Amino acid sequence: MSAWRRLHVVVWKAPGLLASRRVTEQLTWPRGHLALCQSLSTGRPLRNDFIKDLEAQLAAMRKKAADALPGSSWSPFEINPNLPPERADIVIVGGGVIGWSIAYWLKEKERVPKGVKVIVVEKDPTYSKASTVLSVGGIRQQFSLPENIQLSLASAQFMRNINVHLGVLNEDPVDLQFNHSGYLFLASEDVAHIMEENYKTQSSLGAKVSLLSPAQLKEKFPWVNTDDVALASYGLENEGWFDPWTLLNAFKRKAISMGVIQCFGEVTDFKYTVNVLKSPDGEFLGCRRIKSVKVQMPNSLEYQPVQCAIVVNAAGAFSAKLTEMLGIGSGPKGSISDIPLPVEPRKRFVYVVHCPDGPGLDSPMLIDYSGIYFRREGLGGNYIAGASPVEAEEPDTSNLEVDHQFFEDKVWPSLAHRVPAFENLKVTGAWAGYYDYNTLDQNGIIGVHPLITNMYFATGFSGHGLQHSPAVGRAVAELILDGNFTTLDLQEFGFTRILDKEPMLERNIV
Amino acid sequence: MAALFSSLHRCCQRLALLRVARQLSSSSSVSRPPLHRRLLRFLTQRFYDVEELLEWSVRMKKEGIQKKNAYYGFTEQFYGSDIAAGHFVLNMRGGFRYTGQTDWFRANQRGKFNWDFLTYKDTPLEEVDMSYTVINYRGLDNLVGQQSLKTLSLRGCPEVDDWFLGRLHVFQNCLEELDISHCPQITTGGLAALRNLKGLRRLDVSSLPGISCPGLVIILLEEMLPHCQITATGYDHNLKQQDAEKM
Ligand SMILES: Cc1cc2nc3c(=O)[nH]c(=O)nc-3n(C[C@H](O)[C@H](O)[C@H](O)COP(=O)(O)OP(=O)(O)OC[C@H]3O[C@@H](n4cnc5c(N)ncnc54)[C@H](O)[C@@H]3O)c2cc1C
Repeated sequence: MSAWRRLHVVVWKAPGLLASRRVTEQLTWPRGHLALCQSLSTGRPLRNDFIKDLEAQLAAMRKKAADALPGSSWSPFEINPNLPPERADIVIVGGGVIGWSIAYWLKEKERVPKGVKVIVVEKDPTYSKASTVLSVGGIRQQFSLPENIQLSLASAQFMRNINVHLGVLNEDPVDLQFNHSGYLFLASEDVAHIMEENYKTQSSLGAKVSLLSPAQLKEKFPWVNTDDVALASYGLENEGWFDPWTLLNAFKRKAISMGVIQCFGEVTDFKYTVNVLKSPDGEFLGCRRIKSVKVQMPNSLEYQPVQCAIVVNAAGAFSAKLTEMLGIGSGPKGSISDIPLPVEPRKRFVYVVHCPDGPGLDSPMLIDYSGIYFRREGLGGNYIAGASPVEAEEPDTSNLEVDHQFFEDKVWPSLAHRVPAFENLKVTGAWAGYYDYNTLDQNGIIGVHPLITNMYFATGFSGHGLQHSPAVGRAVAELILDGNFTTLDLQEFGFTRILDKEPMLERNIV
Repeated sequence: MAALFSSLHRCCQRLALLRVARQLSSSSSVSRPPLHRRLLRFLTQRFYDVEELLEWSVRMKKEGIQKKNAYYGFTEQFYGSDIAAGHFVLNMRGGFRYTGQTDWFRANQRGKFNWDFLTYKDTPLEEVDMSYTVINYRGLDNLVGQQSLKTLSLRGCPEVDDWFLGRLHVFQNCLEELDISHCPQITTGGLAALRNLKGLRRLDVSSLPGISCPGLVIILLEEMLPHCQITATGYDHNLKQQDAEKM
C-alpha cells in the first residue's frame, strides 16, 4: 500500500510536461484490486516489478522531455562529464600545493564574486609523483635571501591563521599537525661566518632565531656530538614541520568551495600565436600568446581545448615540459628563446628509521653542515633522515626507486657521527620524490616569461616550495589581478636573472 | 528570521566557547550536536542567506576576540609596559600580582576591577592568571615585555593553541610555572615547543583533549624537561580505554 502511495506522490510532485492528472488517472486504476492481491500474495512480486519499471520509464520520459526543451544542454552525442569547460579566464596547470594556493588566492582577491573563472588541471588524481605529498614538510626562516625569509614569515603567519583563511563553514577545521620543534643548523669553523651573517639578516627581518656556541648547544641538546661544531643556529618560533597532504587538501577544499573548477587531465599542447618584434639591439623576438590549452583526458584519446586568457605554470618538477611545447629552449643559438626554463626533476631519497634511544620529543629538524638532515616522525621513536647528493652523483630520475646504498654510504655515517644514539637504528621505510630543481640557483621562478606574454610561472622552488606556497600563491595572484606585487616584492625572483644568467644563490652552510 | 537565528547561534557559540573548556571530560562522549546546531546546519544547507549570515557571525565573533586581544599601545605610552600588561590582564578578566607585592589584582565576575594597580609604576608582573579567558596569540603581545614573569596560568583558555605555546619562548629566562591544563586546542606539536623553557619547574598539562596517547606524550615530556615537575591528571579514562582496546 505504501509503495502505491509513494508513487502517487511522486507523480503529483513531478513538475512539468506531462499532464499530471492524466497520469494519476492511469495509475489509480489498480487501486481497487489492491486488497485482492494482498490476500493472494502470489501476485505481488510481479506487480512490484511492473511498478518499478513504470517508475523508471516515467522518469526517463520526463528527462527526455526536459532535454528536448530549448535551453537545455542536451545533445545527441554523449559527453564525458569530466571534460573541462571550453572557456576559462585562467588555467592553472598543476594541482600541487602551489597550483591550488594560486587558485585560492585568485578567488580570495577577485573583486566581483565569480569574477574570474579559474580551472586547475591536474594529470594525476593520486598525486603519486607530486613533490608536495612526497616532501618532508618542513618550514624554516633560516634562509639567507631576504625574499625567502619574508616568504617563510608570511607563510607561517598564514598557517597560524589557517582556519581564518581556509576554514569552510560546517566542515571540520583544518589541523595541519604542525610540530613547533624548530630547525637546528650546525656550522663548522669554515662556514660559521656565513651563519652569523645569515643570523643578522634573519633577525633584522623579524625571524626569531638564536645563535648557540658549542657549549650552549651541548647544554640545550645534550644528545648532539659537538666535536666539530663551531656555531649553531636554532629557530625559536614559526619553524618545524607539518602534514603536506593536509595543507594541499585544505587549499583545494577552500578553492573549490569558492568556485574553482577542478579537472583531471594532462596538458599536452598549446595553441598560440607568435608576434615577431624587433628588440633595440636588432634581435628578432617571437612573442607568443597562448590562445588555448589542450587538455588530454586520462586513459583515453579524448581531449578538450580550453580557451583562456591566462595560463599559470605550476607543474612543479615537470614545468619545463610546458615551455618546451611553446618552443622555448629550441630557438636559434644565442637568442632568448634558446634559453630553456632551468627547472628539472631531481630525485631525493627520504629514509624512515627506527631508533628507540633517539632524542625523542626534544628533536628539532637538525641540518648538519655535512649535508644530512633528520627530524622526528610521530612519537614512537621514528625519525626521517636524508641528504642531498653531490652534483656529480645525481641519481637517475626516470623512476622513483630508492637507492638504499645511499643511506649506508652517505647518510648513516654522518648521522651517527652527529648523534651517537643513531648508531643503533633500523631503516623501516623509504621513499623518493622529485625536487622541482632550479639548475641556475635553486630558487623559485615567479613572474612572466618575456617571450610568453600570458603565461605566469611559479616553479623551481627546489626543496622549499611547500613552505612558501601560501605566500607564493598570494604573490602570483597579485601579479595576475593587480599587475604587480603589492605585499611582498618578489621582482628578484623573476626571469631577468635567468636570461642574464645571474644566479641568486642562497648562502647556505650546507 | 535569519537574523534571529544568527544571534541565537552566536549566543550559543559564545556560551559554548567558555563551556567547552570546562566540560572536557564529557566532550569526548558527545557525538550528536545539540538540536539548534542541527537545525542551523539544515538551514545553511538549503539557504544561501542563512549560510552567509552564519559566516558573517562567525567572522564577527573572531573579530571580537581579536579586538579584545589588541595591543594596548595607548596605555603603554602613558603608563609604561607593565601597567599596560596589567590593564590587559584585568580587561580580559584575569588576575595578576606585581613583583614584590603579596596582593593580587583581579577582575570580578562582572569584569569590574580595582584601578589602584595604576599606582605601581615600573613594577613588573610576577604572576599572571589568565585562566578561562579568551587570550590568544595576538594578546600575548601585551605580555612579552614581562621578563620577570614567573608563573603563568592559562588553564581552560579556548583560544590558546600550539602557536601560542611556540611563542612562550619569550619567557625562556624567567618562567618557572606554567599551567596549560584544559586547553582544548593544544596538541603534541605545540608541547614540543616547551623545550625552550629550560627554567620551567612546574608544568600542568592535565586534561588536554587534543593530545592522542597522553601516556606516551607525558613520558616524553618528562624526558624533554628533566628538571620540571609535570602534573597530568584527567587522563585515567583515556588510558583505560586504550588498554581495553589493546586487549
Ligand atoms: C624529498 C623531498 C623533500 C622536500 N622537503 C621539503 C620541505 O621540507 N619543505 C618544503 O617547503 N619543501 C620541501 N620539498 C619541496 C616541495 O615539495 C616542492 O617544492 C613543492 O611541493 C612544489 O609544489 P608544486 O605544486 O610546484 O609541485 P607538485 O607538487 O609536484 O605539483 C605539480 C603537479 O603538476 C602536475 N603536472 C605536471 N605536469 C602536468 C601537465 N602537463 N598537465 C597537468 N598536470 C601536470 C603533476 O602531476 C603534479 O601533481 C621537498 C621535496 C622533496 C622531493
